[in-house]
Amino acid sequence: MKRISAAKIKNTVAGLSLKANFVLRPDVLAALKSAYKRERSSRAKGLLKAIIENAAVARRQNLAICQDTGMPCVFVELGQGVHITGNLKSAIQKGVEEGYRKGCLRDSIVKDPLKRGKPVFKPVIIHIDSVKGDKIRLTLMPKGFGCENKSQLRMFRPTASLEEIKKFIIEAVKSAGPDACPPYVVGVGIGGSADYACFLAKKALLRKLQTPNSKFQTELLKEINNLNIGPMGLGGKTTALAVNIETYPTHIAGLPVAVNISCHALRSATLVLSGAKE
Amino acid sequence: MLDLKCGDEVFFSGKLYTARDQAHKRLVEALKKRRGLPIPLKGAIIYYCGPTKTPKGKVFGACGPTTSSRMDEFTPALLKSGVWGLIGKGGRSKEVISAIKKYQGVYFLALSGCAALLSKYVRKARPVAYKDLGPEAIYELEVENFPLIVGIDAKGRDIYAKK
Repeated sequence: MKRISAAKIKNTVAGLSLKANFVLRPDVLAALKSAYKRERSSRAKGLLKAIIENAAVARRQNLAICQDTGMPCVFVELGQGVHITGNLKSAIQKGVEEGYRKGCLRDSIVKDPLKRGKPVFKPVIIHIDSVKGDKIRLTLMPKGFGCENKSQLRMFRPTASLEEIKKFIIEAVKSAGPDACPPYVVGVGIGGSADYACFLAKKALLRKLQTPNSKFQTELLKEINNLNIGPMGLGGKTTALAVNIETYPTHIAGLPVAVNISCHALRSATLVLSGAKE
Repeated sequence: MLDLKCGDEVFFSGKLYTARDQAHKRLVEALKKRRGLPIPLKGAIIYYCGPTKTPKGKVFGACGPTTSSRMDEFTPALLKSGVWGLIGKGGRSKEVISAIKKYQGVYFLALSGCAALLSKYVRKARPVAYKDLGPEAIYELEVENFPLIVGIDAKGRDIYAKK
């Protein structure tokens, strides 16, 4: 067994909170830059330029890329050979609180979803997965709610065609329209159960932006970009930077498909911790 | 001011008030109950924004626009009470478009998702109302050359209207 202390996890999560909010993911930045080169309309080009400049200002000045620093989501891949000394979940909650306080980020969480009240930094959403090995992989994703509000789930018939599924995904992007800060990254979860498909759609956003590797994905991205929503919804070739898809086996009676749209400020940061010998 | 046309790019210098969901709810409740208002609405420009905290040494935190459509149910009442300008991101309802036309207002789009960049245009900032709401409090901002695009003009022309 390898030992990792809760204090180390807390400090790591605090650091990831800052990095994720200040430094735009390199794959997202690269996709924005190549979209800038592709665009022909001067307005779309100008808006993409502002988005790229925003990332530079945020990084240089330690300012949040987006004021919506999200409902942070922390993904933990916990090696089975790791012994954590202390409490993992409370270390994560405290780490986010510390990072968000230090970074002057936004307190966007209300304790009671119905009564609302004054927003604070926590709690965050934690997903823990048990994996092989003796390390912990921690990923923090500050997901803003402008785009989270555009999430969709549909339980298809098991005999549904790819065309129907494609139409549903494209309609989800269309209904997000100009509202959720396009160009988008479209996370798609296919399979599992209702709850798991939603999880997969969000997890898909963590993957490096994919160049389409199937006919389905290629057609999806092409048709989404033909919607002419464009940066800020003001038209252009770039409605989505990528369509990321995660799949999982499912039941003979169903075919769940979930869509989790991300704004162009798709943020996440990851670090792998190795333990000390016990 | 009335010759602003849908699609125009403008740079605004002057005073803005931030207000988003909960502040809108309170403002409209106060109007209904004829209670005193914490800010003057006549001629005011409302910016749908909930900023981050202000880092040390800076004037204001990251401050991009939030989704305007969530404010749609409250907006006609505010326009009726004299609010002139609205700043946010995304489309508006038919009701908001006709209220803008009726009361000769204007809806601007701010650079969405460019919160760090926009904070550079803020010269002064202070919370003036509903401080218990944290980032949803109303801030009075003095901005200089704040970049905007006219989304809906006083003639009711909408930049997102289906062509």
